[in-house]
Amino acid sequence: MEQPNKFKESAALIRKLSVTLFVFFIAIAGILVYLMVDPSLSAFSSKPETTLTVLETNEIKDDFDAIEDGIHLRTGFIADDGLMTVVNNCTNCHSAKLVTQNRMTKEGWSATIKWMQETQNLWDLGDNEVIILNYLAKNYAPEQKGRRENLTNIEWYTLN
Amino acid sequence: MKRRFFAKNIGLATMSSILGAKIVQGNFMPEGYTPLGLQDQDPFSLFDKNKEMVVLNDKPWNIEAKAHLLDDAITPNKNMFIRNNGKLPVNIDADSWKITFNGESVVQEKSFSLNDLKKQFKQYTYQLTLECGGNGRAEFNPPAKGNQWTVGAVHCAKWTGVRLKDVLQAVGIKDDAVYIGYHAADVHLSGNPEKEPISRGVPIAKALQDETLLAFKMNGEDIPLAHGFPLRLVCGGWPASTSGKWLTEISVRNIVHDGAKMTGTAYRVPCKPVAPGAKVKDEDMCIIESMPVKSLITYPKTGAMLKKEQSLTIRGHAWAGELEVAKMEYSIDFGATWKLCKLNKPSNRLAWQHFSAMVDFPETGYYEVWAKATDTNGVSQPMLLPGWNPKGYLNNACHRIAVKIG
Repeated sequence: MEQPNKFKESAALIRKLSVTLFVFFIAIAGILVYLMVDPSLSAFSSKPETTLTVLETNEIKDDFDAIEDGIHLRTGFIADDGLMTVVNNCTNCHSAKLVTQNRMTKEGWSATIKWMQETQNLWDLGDNEVIILNYLAKNYAPEQKGRRENLTNIEWYTLN
Repeated sequence: MKRRFFAKNIGLATMSSILGAKIVQGNFMPEGYTPLGLQDQDPFSLFDKNKEMVVLNDKPWNIEAKAHLLDDAITPNKNMFIRNNGKLPVNIDADSWKITFNGESVVQEKSFSLNDLKKQFKQYTYQLTLECGGNGRAEFNPPAKGNQWTVGAVHCAKWTGVRLKDVLQAVGIKDDAVYIGYHAADVHLSGNPEKEPISRGVPIAKALQDETLLAFKMNGEDIPLAHGFPLRLVCGGWPASTSGKWLTEISVRNIVHDGAKMTGTAYRVPCKPVAPGAKVKDEDMCIIESMPVKSLITYPKTGAMLKKEQSLTIRGHAWAGELEVAKMEYSIDFGATWKLCKLNKPSNRLAWQHFSAMVDFPETGYYEVWAKATDTNGVSQPMLLPGWNPKGYLNNACHRIAVKIG
């Protein structure tokens, strides 16, 4: 009767060992998987992560249409009445830079809108056209430059 | 050879630095995937451009050089301006790329693969000056609509390809052919597939010049995407818009080509001189052909401060469209007196020419060095703005740099 008992004992020992090994392996695998997801172990850092996430979200939301020194940062447009109407209608197909680098009279801006409608698939602007034209004619009007301007914005440097 | 635009041109590190944050698990990012934050791409890494280049427009991409960036005899890609009218084509497959010759005046329609072109025709390499018709637009008064180029929309790279005339001969063109027009793979800004962003061309005589190439290499390498990979028409000395990028078709026409930006006021100037700000009817506007005589001081960069009695060596390039530059001069007294510069011959017809001069200043103070080229017809650059035109083309006024002595 001694032999079967010994066998049972060994079997139980092996079972225990393999279970321990299995648990150990799962734990290691778990840690490895976690390290892949969060290599900086940020969940264990002192700052609560939830607060951080909320802060970031708020920042992005506030920043999206932020205005600094009278300039709409995202587009470079001058902040004035009609700004968002211009942003929403004039930056879908082309860059805001195409507007802000140009200077035209109200008549010129109007002709440009008409040209875009005739050839570039610009939609009917409806009541917004007046708002857009007033904004552009006021903020992006031509300046007299004469027949040749002085050199400006020179960055001086020593040449040896 | 398939080009994945983003995957090939932006490394993970670059993406990370643009986004200003570490891209976690970047290894698992599928090839060709562009993170959302990259919709505002950094054009300098995207197109491998010098950080000092100036972005005039990002939809479509329009980027210009500054004078001192154009100092190389042969312009490297990193300092070449980009002028796009539409969106860049995506997923270009050079192996299956085809160019088709069609139109009223071909004997019969014919297509060639890139390999056909390379195998069937002799290859030539020329250094060719390409300048945007609107280079210098920013100076016109009253201002003209469009990208406000200052001085940097010009380059002179080395192009390798086959002569368009050899291919046209193989296709066979009828006696009534007057013009060729190109069609390309770029996409209209509105996304409408029925619309072409630009489809310009040149008269048959220009198409049949030795230097007019169907190019597949630029500066010895595949043409960069922004400059027309895998095949570009190159018409040196003419507005760069005639050098169509991403070529898919050449139409041989029995009329002046009427593609996008050939008609109306695009790339046209008044046939007869007009007063600044004048309204000009479409029918009174004529197509720009050869570009006018012009030059650029590429060394030193404007703003140099020198010691008293220190000489200054200036250098730069001069070009004259279809013609050659015959004389190059500089002035340090606003045109009251002019002195000759040393002027080299072009490396081939339609390539820009290099000039240099040793400049001495009589007194301490503020100076401007002005440069003036004269072409073989005796026509010089004006010191003031040339004739005003509604779209602000062809500003070839003298270039100048500021210098302080003492």
